[in-house]
Amino acid sequence: MMKIHINGSVREIDVSPDMPLLWVLRDVLGLPGTKFGCGMAQCGACTVHLDGKPTRSCVLPVSSVGAREVTTIEGLSSDASHPVQRAWAEADVVQCGYCQSGQIMTAAALLEKKPDPSDADIDAAMSPHLCRCGTYVRIRGAVHLASRLKRGER
Amino acid sequence: MIRPCLALALLLAACGEETAGGSHGPSSPGGHEAGLAAFEAVRGVLQHPRCQNCHPAGDVPLQGDDSRPHKQLVQRGPTGHGMAGAECTACHGPANPPDSYGAAVPPGVVSGWHMPPPELPMVFVGLAPGALCEQIKDPARNGGRDMAALRAHLHDDPLVLWGWDPGFGREPVATPHAEFIAAWETWARAGAPCPGG
Repeated sequence: MMKIHINGSVREIDVSPDMPLLWVLRDVLGLPGTKFGCGMAQCGACTVHLDGKPTRSCVLPVSSVGAREVTTIEGLSSDASHPVQRAWAEADVVQCGYCQSGQIMTAAALLEKKPDPSDADIDAAMSPHLCRCGTYVRIRGAVHLASRLKRGER
Repeated sequence: MIRPCLALALLLAACGEETAGGSHGPSSPGGHEAGLAAFEAVRGVLQHPRCQNCHPAGDVPLQGDDSRPHKQLVQRGPTGHGMAGAECTACHGPANPPDSYGAAVPPGVVSGWHMPPPELPMVFVGLAPGALCEQIKDPARNGGRDMAALRAHLHDDPLVLWGWDPGFGREPVATPHAEFIAAWETWARAGAPCPGG
């Protein structure tokens, strides 16, 4: 048995140490918000936070997580009230939506480090994330909007 | 050709009169030649893709045995750890993933994946041997390290050692690590001579 700190609670899991964190989240812990995209850290769909830092859960063995806190899209807020989630809804970013939980997790981490990011900051942070619907321009706008919401400017 | 050259360098060094230790000082003509031969072995390691890919001539890291630009527009960032939100450790974990994950997954290391900081880029890619040699031993460009500190970095740093244990599907550095360190020591004892100088 192994313990995992997930979205503010501690869960016990009985899995192979080599199992990718993404599998644990989706198939063992019942948290399907984090998506499988490529399985090799090429697309960003599986992004979660480890102690607040964006991390690709598809290539991280669960045994490597240790005592670090895992935050998934389900744990970003309990009611979709995180500024990034509010901005995403207001800007109507989502098309098919498959990549968006990963995009949102990275955007949230970016704003913790850069509360008022430039276009270049956003492009640099978000470039590892692929969106086959091509919502990139709306994503950039929504990150700016989230920045304003987070700073209480709206 | 690296191993015969290295063996010759070590043999010549053993016959020379160089002082022990990591500092560079005067050496005999034979020691000088042995030092140059040893540096060639060192250069071959530093300019191996496993090492030089994170020491590019610019702010974009490289990947693969052909040292192509890293996918996903990855950049060095202000401290060498990537850009905010796109840090190296977002994909490069604390260890190489298990072999069962396949060859296409990013490798990892316990000390955290990173590049040199922008103010001390320590460029390895494309440098002529003489220029590479002068840069390595210049404290103004190597982070203030003397030869002993450089040896410790090359001997102990987990990210350096990763070059010999790069994970499933990647070619490790061809020269064994022990031979690399021996070549470094030979070069240092010979006064750290540089080609063309």
